[in-house]
This record gives sequence, structure tokens and C-alpha cells, in this order.
Amino acid sequence: MEPDFRIPLGDWVAVGLDWLITTLDGFFTAVRHVFVNAYDGLDWLLNAPPFWAVILVFAAIAWWASSWKLGIGTVVGFTVIAAVDQWDNAMHSMALVVIATVVAVVISIPLGIWAASSNRASGVIKPILDFMQTMPAMVYLIPALLMFRVGVVPGIIATIIFAMAPGVRFTELGIRGVDKEVVEAGHAFGSSPARILRQIQLPLARPTIMAGVNQVIMLSLSMVVIAGMVGAPGLGGEIVASLSRIDAGLGFEAGISVVILAIFLDRVTASLGSDKTAAVLQAA
Amino acid sequence: MYESTQQEAPKETQPAPPGGPDIALRVSHVYKAFGKRPAEVVKRLKSGKSRAEVATLGTAAVIDASFEVNRGEIFVVMGLSGSGKSTLIRTLNGLWAPTEGSVVVGETDISKISDKELRKVRQRKISMVFQHFALMPHRTVLENAAYALEVQGVAKADRLARAEKVLSLVGLEDWGAKFPSELSGGMQQRVGLARALCAETDILLMDEAFSALDPLIRREMQEQLVVLQSELDKTIIFITHDLNEAMFLGDRIAVMRDGEIVQIGTPDEILTSPANDYVAQFVQDVDRTRVLTAGGVMEPPLAVVNLSGGPRNALRTMRDLQVSAAFVVDRRRMFHGVVRDRDVMALVEKHGSDLASAVRNGIEPVTPDTALNDLFGRAVESPIPLPVVDDAGRLVGALPRVTLLAALGNVPSTTGEFPVVEAATAPLPEQLVTAALAKTEGDA
Repeated sequence: MEPDFRIPLGDWVAVGLDWLITTLDGFFTAVRHVFVNAYDGLDWLLNAPPFWAVILVFAAIAWWASSWKLGIGTVVGFTVIAAVDQWDNAMHSMALVVIATVVAVVISIPLGIWAASSNRASGVIKPILDFMQTMPAMVYLIPALLMFRVGVVPGIIATIIFAMAPGVRFTELGIRGVDKEVVEAGHAFGSSPARILRQIQLPLARPTIMAGVNQVIMLSLSMVVIAGMVGAPGLGGEIVASLSRIDAGLGFEAGISVVILAIFLDRVTASLGSDKTAAVLQAA
Repeated sequence: MYESTQQEAPKETQPAPPGGPDIALRVSHVYKAFGKRPAEVVKRLKSGKSRAEVATLGTAAVIDASFEVNRGEIFVVMGLSGSGKSTLIRTLNGLWAPTEGSVVVGETDISKISDKELRKVRQRKISMVFQHFALMPHRTVLENAAYALEVQGVAKADRLARAEKVLSLVGLEDWGAKFPSELSGGMQQRVGLARALCAETDILLMDEAFSALDPLIRREMQEQLVVLQSELDKTIIFITHDLNEAMFLGDRIAVMRDGEIVQIGTPDEILTSPANDYVAQFVQDVDRTRVLTAGGVMEPPLAVVNLSGGPRNALRTMRDLQVSAAFVVDRRRMFHGVVRDRDVMALVEKHGSDLASAVRNGIEPVTPDTALNDLFGRAVESPIPLPVVDDAGRLVGALPRVTLLAALGNVPSTTGEFPVVEAATAPLPEQLVTAALAKTEGDA
């Protein structure tokens, strides 16, 4: 039975959104240009060289960050992607994931630091994160489409919003988990809060923060398919196409390529949180 | 709020040295409350309410604490967990701001200054050693030790060189390149100590600094701290729940209970005249041998002969006291050694007149501040009581074994009855001595 009252929530949102789009049109256009240019640049960098050269670079990164085994696995995996004729799409998706991750991390780590430093901030940020993470991801696509038009940008924006939450959460968790006495020691010797953050809290929270970054990347990859629905080029578009044509073979080829990308990105970023690479990064 | 057993107020009895006043740190009526309405908690406490009565408004961690710490002193704050001692020490360098009251470090009232000035005070005046060491695990031992200097803005080469020196002071000269996790607990705390010493502050706060260490290591660290303190002349405020530690380290001890300081006094005062039942119960289990000193339990020396009195006088004294040996002093009461009745009698029979030729100086005198702990071995080996001699070399007392035992049992130890010489050798028979004296009558 329908209740005899109706909250016109949808109308309010639509009106609000309309107002936002007309007033902030210039802003959205500017954002769109920035993202389009960044994406095009990275996409060109990944697609212009011959595929084997890019594979070698990926393998070298994997070897440096982790082990020669991951290096070899990388060569095999990406060769499979190229062999099933998904190379261009995979590189489009890679560019999208990298851009979205970088932006998400740049926003989420400072937010996490802020949340860790103030209970009030944490109390405000937490429910917003819950909202962002549980709202079905496709819902973001609609306003993103209206603001940024069809193409790669709404996909990137929706990905950022969806993937940002673990970055904030893990950063807050990591900083709050730093040994209280060590932080107290910093204060006791007269360090400023900024110095304590830089020299004690962030270095000690780094493994947790890197686990958060890893989660951001994984969530970004999971958004690749959804981004394909709004016209972002890449594996997502291919999967959407195979769904509409009920083409199981094409779907599997694109799907396995997503899996290979995911494994590569996961292993490389996970090992960036380990001590071995930490020593290298610190020395640099 | 507390009873002080300290007799003299150092401020009045000691003139201030030219460098400035003699007080390193002054705490006046400090309250610290946690919870939703700390100010209200303090207000009610002041109007006479008890800690339990205000518990619904907040927790009163420190209640009306007042004390002064003299320059160069080890001041121990002792209490069980939850007594507020850790909160109290954190108000001393402003890690916690007191809810009410003032903390004056040197000349500065740190409850009245800005954050930036407070950081300066922490850099230059007051450093801290932590219970669980609080070292930075991602930095080497040397970098940890140099941390305070880094914060002060000392150039890298300079601060590392200085940190290296301090590390060798605490016995870690070869460990600078290691990471803290590669060191044992005791060594890590030495790094913690080195870091605090490196800051070159006058005041050192030590929060249960040795509590996390094994008993043997803890003892070693306590002894090392005492040595370092006497070399570097730091003012140390030491927090502990271990009464033995408090008694061993403290020049003065403040006993805390439920947020209040219940007694401030020297270890001897706390032990011998506890302010209330709580303190009395507390000190029941203390290892008295580490607290009580030779000076505190010694007896007046009875069998004392004068060097210039000659052998006949000495022999007569020993005969009258029925002892087989006596301490020898000169006119200024300087200690010279021990004479035995047999030797003196032989001297008398040979008509010798210089007592000095019979003096044996095999017995090493002890100083009044030696702990009883260090005396048992010597007392067992020595056939006669141990002579106690002050810094100038004057004989001030004697320690028979029975006195040591009496001190352990907390029975009044000065009976005055003890012959200065114990049963190891029986004194010469009285008639023999009298006869010898009579035979040589003409020598006197």
C-alpha cells in the first residue's frame, strides 16, 4: 500500500543539480579540460610506443618493486592481453585507473590526516564516506554525465568518488595507530605538529596508508566496466559491448585482461608498502 | 593537602648561588581533571568534596600538588598505577596543561605561555625519558639520539657528532648504526636516555623509565643513572611505582595516592617516620638494606684510644672495657687504624712509648652514606666492628654485626651495650693486663 504522502526528494535533487550545473558551468568545463588533457597525455604515452617496449617497462617496475618472478609474470600476463587483441583497450583503462587513483590519493590522504587529528572532523567525514561507498556506483554516473558530458571524464570522476573512501579510512587508521608514546616523545622534545606528522606519524603509518592506496587502485579497476557505460574508452566499453551482443568470447577476453591488470597493479603497490622498497624510497 | 616531613625549607636555609635561584622547578597547587567538565571538578574538590564524590563529572588525576625540586636533585614521585603520577609528570613539561595551578620551570610559568614558547622550553630546559622507550623505529640509534638536537635546528654533522659522544657516555658507542629493534630493552632505554641527555637540558623527566626492564638490567640502569647524575649534575624527576627504586634513587620522595601527594621526604624519613598508615604499609616491604646507610644505623664507637695517649693508656682503656681491640684516633679524631691488646701489651712490656708502631691499618673504614647492602660482606670478613669515617677522615661511628641485623629487623639498633669487639678473639685476662701495667709502672 502506498503511503498518502510523498517526499519529492528526486525533484529537489534534480533542481539542485540543474542550478549547480548552470552556475558552475565554467568550473566544470575547466575540470573537464584538465582531466581530458591528463588522460589523453597518459593514454598517448602508453599507446604510442610498441607494445613490447611498454611490457618491458612494466616488467622492470615489477622487478624493482617486488621480485624477478613478478617481472616474468608481468611479461607473460601482458603478452596474453596483447595476444587476445585487447592491448589498446587495456592501456586506455590503465590510463583511466592511474589518473583516477592519483587524484583520489591526493584528496584522500590529507582528508585522512585531518580526520586523524580531530575527532570532530572524523565524525563528519565518516558518514560521508559511508554514503559515498554504499551508494550504487552507477548513480554517480548520472550527475557526472550532466556535468562533464559523455566521454572519459564522467568515468574518471565517478571512479574517484567511489574509490576514495579506503584511502581516507586507512590513512586515519594508520595515523591513529602510531605508538602514542613516540608521538608524545616528539612533543616532549619540542617538535612542531607539522614536524611530528612528517617525521613520525606518516613514516610509521606508511604500511597502512599504502594498503589504503592499494585498495583505492583495486576499487578504481572495478569501476572500469561501469565507466565504459558512459563512453569511456577501454576494456569497460568492450565488456558493455559484449554484453549487448551476448558475445561470451569477447567478454571473457576483455574480462581476463581486467584480471591481469588488477593482479599487476595489486602486487606492485602492495610491495611498495613493504620495508625493502621503503628503504630505497627513503634513501632517494 | 599533604604533610611534609622535610625539616628545612631549602629556599631559606641555602643562599641562592650566583647562577640564579636554587629551585629548578616549582609546582604550586596543580590540579588536573579529565572528563566533560574539568573546571567544575576542581571547583568542587576545592570546596571539600572527595575524589569519589566528583567522579560523575570527571576524573581528578592530580589534586592540589605542590612541591619544589632543587637544582641537581633526584626527586622521585612514587605511587601505584592510577595514583596520578604519570599525569603529574606530564604537566611538568606541558604535555598536559594543568586544569588549575602553575608549573614554573626555571623562571618561566609554562601554563601561561604560547605553544611556540612552550616548544622552546621543551627544547632547551626539560627533556623526557619514556617507559616504553618511545624510539623512532625507522631511524638508527644515532639518529634517535640526535633527535632533540635536530628539533633544535643543529646542523646534521654537528648533531651526529654530539650524539655519538652521548652514546659512548651510556656505553653504546658501537651501536649507532643499528636500528632500535636490533637492541635489547636495556640498550633501547639507554638510547632513550642518550636522546634526553643530548638535548643538554637541565631537567630530565623520567616516566617509569626502568619499569619495563628485567630486574638485573634495571639495577644496572639505576646505578648508571646515579653515576651519570653525579657527573652531569642534572635535575631529575623520576616517576616509579617501585618503592625500592624510589628509595635507591631519590634524594627526596613524594608519595602519591589517589591523585594527592601524601608525603614528601628523604628516603630515611619516609622509612622511619611515615606520614600515615598508607605510607607505612607501603614501606613495609621495602628492601631496607638498599635504603638504610651506615651513617643512619651506626653506633657511637666505644673502644677508642688516643694515638698521643701512648700504649699504657690504650691498654688500660681496653682492659676497663673488656675488649681485645680498639680504634685509634688522633687529637682531631682522625682515624688511624686498630690496635690489638696483645700487640699493645707486648709494646708495654718492651717499654715502648709510641702507640703508632702497634697500629694495624688493615681495616678499610666505610663512609656514612654507604648502603647496608654493601656492608654485609665486609662485616662478615672483619673480626671487629667496621669503623665509619666521614669525608674529612674523622671517626664518627662503628658498625658491629649485630647492629646490621637489628637494622634489618627494624628494632632500635643503638643499645650502647655492645662491646666494640666481638667474640672472634677473647680479650686478654684482666689480671694479666693489670700485672703487666704494674710491672712497667715507671714508664707512664
